[in-house]
Amino acid sequence: MFKLSGYNFKFFILFQIIFVLSFSISAYAAGEQKRVQKHDWTFAGIFGHYDDAQLQRGFQVYREVCSSCHSMNYVYYRNLAEEGGPGFTVEEVKVIASEDTIIDGPDDYGEMFERPGKPSDTFVSPYANQNEARASNGGAYPPDFSVLAKARSTLRGFPWWFVDLFTGYQEQGVDYIYALLNGYSEPPKDFILQSGMHYNEYYPGNQIAMGQPLYEESVEYADGTVASVEQMAEDVSAFMMWAAEPKLEIRKQMGFKVAIFLFVLAGLLYYSKKKIWARIEH
Amino acid sequence: MSKESTYIPKSGFSKWFDQRLPLPRMLHDNINAFPTPRNLNYWYTFGGILTFCLVTQIVTGIVLAMHYTADAGLAFASVEHIMRNVNYGWLIRYIHAVGASMFFLAVYVHIFRGLYYGSYKAPREILWILGVVIYLLMVITAFMGYVLPWGQMSFWGATVITNLFSVIPVVGTTITEWLWGGFAVDNATLKRFFSLHYLMPFMIFGVVILHIWSLHVTGNNNPVGVSVKEKQDTVPFAPYYTVKDAFSLVCFLILFAWFIFFNPNILGHTDNYIMADPLVTPAHIVPEWYLLPFYAILRAIPSKLGGVLVMGAAIAILFILPWLDTSKVRSATFRPLYKQFYWIFVVNCIALGYLGSQNPEGLFLVASRICTAYYFIHFLLVLPILGLVEKPKPIPESITKAVLEKMEIRNMKEKSAEA
Amino acid sequence: MSDKDPKQPSRRDFIFLATGAFAAVGAASIAWPIVDQMNPDATALALSKIEVDISQLERGQAITVKWRGKPVFIRRRTEEEIQMASRVDIDSLPDNNARNYNLSPDSSASDENRALDENGEWLVMVGVCTHLGCVPKGQSLGDSKGDFGGWYCPCHGSHYDTAGRIRKGPAAKNLDIPAAEFINQNVIRIG
Repeated sequence: MFKLSGYNFKFFILFQIIFVLSFSISAYAAGEQKRVQKHDWTFAGIFGHYDDAQLQRGFQVYREVCSSCHSMNYVYYRNLAEEGGPGFTVEEVKVIASEDTIIDGPDDYGEMFERPGKPSDTFVSPYANQNEARASNGGAYPPDFSVLAKARSTLRGFPWWFVDLFTGYQEQGVDYIYALLNGYSEPPKDFILQSGMHYNEYYPGNQIAMGQPLYEESVEYADGTVASVEQMAEDVSAFMMWAAEPKLEIRKQMGFKVAIFLFVLAGLLYYSKKKIWARIEH
Repeated sequence: MSKESTYIPKSGFSKWFDQRLPLPRMLHDNINAFPTPRNLNYWYTFGGILTFCLVTQIVTGIVLAMHYTADAGLAFASVEHIMRNVNYGWLIRYIHAVGASMFFLAVYVHIFRGLYYGSYKAPREILWILGVVIYLLMVITAFMGYVLPWGQMSFWGATVITNLFSVIPVVGTTITEWLWGGFAVDNATLKRFFSLHYLMPFMIFGVVILHIWSLHVTGNNNPVGVSVKEKQDTVPFAPYYTVKDAFSLVCFLILFAWFIFFNPNILGHTDNYIMADPLVTPAHIVPEWYLLPFYAILRAIPSKLGGVLVMGAAIAILFILPWLDTSKVRSATFRPLYKQFYWIFVVNCIALGYLGSQNPEGLFLVASRICTAYYFIHFLLVLPILGLVEKPKPIPESITKAVLEKMEIRNMKEKSAEA
Repeated sequence: MSDKDPKQPSRRDFIFLATGAFAAVGAASIAWPIVDQMNPDATALALSKIEVDISQLERGQAITVKWRGKPVFIRRRTEEEIQMASRVDIDSLPDNNARNYNLSPDSSASDENRALDENGEWLVMVGVCTHLGCVPKGQSLGDSKGDFGGWYCPCHGSHYDTAGRIRKGPAAKNLDIPAAEFINQNVIRIG
């Protein structure tokens, strides 16, 4: 009889309970923040993978809408052609990079100069530094997108946080981003909106400095997909998840192989143990 | 250690070597031949698992240090560099981060095993105390390690905890600024935390050697708590316990691998993916899960100094545990009352962990105070009194007798199931 | 229940062998990432090939670019420089190997084998002295070019000619020519 369930499982559960109860902390304000719904993502779960076409559309949304305010400083142009990513070709990436202007230098005269981007560069930033970003956005800093999908989360409530542990659901961040992008609406009658702020159903405190970024047809998709707000929000969220976790596919694929290996090894060790211990009374 | 060595060199080389440095002999006596009680259950495999965790953290840590930059302006970026550019960097980083949690999971199982079976009782008091020292070093190492990615939680967790030193009367602020190397947690703090975080695991390793040495002087405790009396009470460590430890380790690795590959960030905090900002405090500052019970105790006490003292006392009390428990019986198997109080204590600790994650107000604060009080009541009242008033169940005469009794019961059950 | 005869190998030993083999495979699989992480990372590999725009370079001019952390000399030679190099009897050279990554390893150090293009105009070499690694002078207008009109290493006095071949001094080998090709008439890819 296989006794794996004995100690390990008990502890697994106990540990999970402590853990998960305690992880539900960060960015949830008390109050009228609406509960974020779980959204279907191709990259969720054990067999999660990115949809190349979706990532390319998401990149287009980022480039045409978001990149005017939001940097992505840790992502390189060459990442766009790498495995597990949007699947652009090396030539396409060269063109994309060269469309951006990078500040490089100093040159032989000590001056900084501009040049077209190369695949080995990181994505160009709209602002030179955080101060400039704040000054151009009424004091608010448009956060960098590189790891934003991992820097946000949602309170899913029981029993979902428990289920998530067993299904390896790590998409709470993109669920929030997706909800936020779709969550702009008119404030309720008695709500006092500060000047320059916008009402959003999902943002903690319901007032967000960013105006609604996506409207119907904000972007004309190269592959002809209808650019509804939900579609663009989903695509750019998926792109942000890739930006935060470019190794997601290889990680999950490797995990599958490792799991099979470990189960087989555990089985072999179990029978070895049984054979050795059969020599004595126990 | 007082027993005669049973080592017989198998080759000319090993004989030659052993005469000059008795390392082969020592390895044989302590690993191959070491007489270990034959009735150890799987709760006893966590020592081996812990050794594996320590080696894993050291190896992955050294490798990460080849790519990490301990500078406030570059640390966060260097971690992203590891995740994105270094070959298998993402894997090594996740192993190290998840590994810290797994290390603490294993250490809590190991400690609670000791509490249940009375492994801290005579003659294993020093063994237990060395274990508490290891635990304390682990806590300090983990705390400093968490600062290194320089995220919001890294920075603010460091700020909250180092600020606690200011409660020391007269010299508190001076000591705190000395720790910081400045007037707040900043670059100087990060650099020294990196240096110390690299150092401390080797200190842990040294204390682990002492821990295993002292274990081998007294021999292992066992689930019935009866000392080894005759040769047949024990089996040689290899192959019986090497294979059992290996099996248990692989099962542990399955859990470990699950987190690394399928949910690596759930054991951390999302705010740590935001770069540290001294001007913005996160809504809820919380340490990693394994430190939550102490965080709950710290915030349960209304005074700052009181909180620090009580939190310190919570660990300090573990050092004197062997003298607090007055029972002559080791194992909870034969202590029906203690068994119940033990599980209440376990639930109390889990509750403290949960409460550490919540805001210390309202019902949560009341509960934290009750649970903190109960923590000390368990050690200072329950254990001393219980030993004096409890009527233990009859204890087996020897380990072998206990094993044979258990086998008989099992055989009878199988017979009646067939009938 | 189980076979207690130690002489019979049968299934008992097989399982130990299988377990040991599996565990060894596991250990090797975890060892590889630990070793591989020390290999050049993605940022180093991304810069392992560079593209240089040489459209602005006139005859007689030279630029230095950084490739894999080292200087690369690109010179657009004049007719005179090409002649000087072609006239040399290659058997008299201290190093008669082309040291050109783009050709077979035993090619001789003729001027054709040193130049990148058919006309012999373009010379692309790693600007690191083959003696002990200093960067030779000769790229800039005011630099000393040594006794052979090419490059001169000030550290220990190695002289290179207009094809970058060692002629005098302690260096034993000609300056290395890296993998390089024209991808169009304005751009050279190195690496």
